[in-house]
Amino acid sequence: MKADATLDCVGLYCPMPIHQTANKMKELKTGQVLEVLASDEGIKEDAPAWCRATGNEFVGMEEKGGEIKVYIKKTK
Amino acid sequence: MAEKMTLIVFSGDMDKALAAFNLAIGGASIGMEVSMFFTFWGLNVIKKNEGPLKSKGIMRKMLNFMNRGGAKRLGLSKFHMFGMGKWMMGKLMKDVRFPSAQELMTMAHQSGVKFIACTTSMGMMGLGKEAFILK
Repeated sequence: MKADATLDCVGLYCPMPIHQTANKMKELKTGQVLEVLASDEGIKEDAPAWCRATGNEFVGMEEKGGEIKVYIKKTK
Repeated sequence: MAEKMTLIVFSGDMDKALAAFNLAIGGASIGMEVSMFFTFWGLNVIKKNEGPLKSKGIMRKMLNFMNRGGAKRLGLSKFHMFGMGKWMMGKLMKDVRFPSAQELMTMAHQSGVKFIACTTSMGMMGLGKEAFILK
């Protein structure tokens, strides 16, 4: 999947990945996609929940050998 | 209008403060209006670390001498062991790159979390607003 920006949260635990995601999304423009790399399983629930709460689009998720990639599209 | 969250921090234990800041930062990250109300021993969490605390009366002076407070000084509710347990917990937290209570407090501030100090507890302990980190 193509992304406009990448955020590395590997090795970080709650609430750091979602906190950093929220901050990073402020830098993006509407329509751009952010890729978040994480190793904490919590991101699987947190990223879609964050999108629902903030009205952004959850594009998808990939998992490979313990590393989770999450894609979020800025719609607002 | 944004959803609101208010956390009441009643304890000056490090573990409980970490949990409270964790929730506050999470809430602020999803766009909630978060405020934290610090009362009784919870006031220790937001006490400024530096300088002596001025207060009236021998009992209040004693209390504030014994009960220094500040995010850096918070003890664990379990296995504190005169600071040894806390030191070890700090090591474990660093190991997984988890922020300290002070760092979490700064993060909460930066995310727009409002800190409120209980005026009743402040009055009883003889401390003014200047003794605390508020925003």
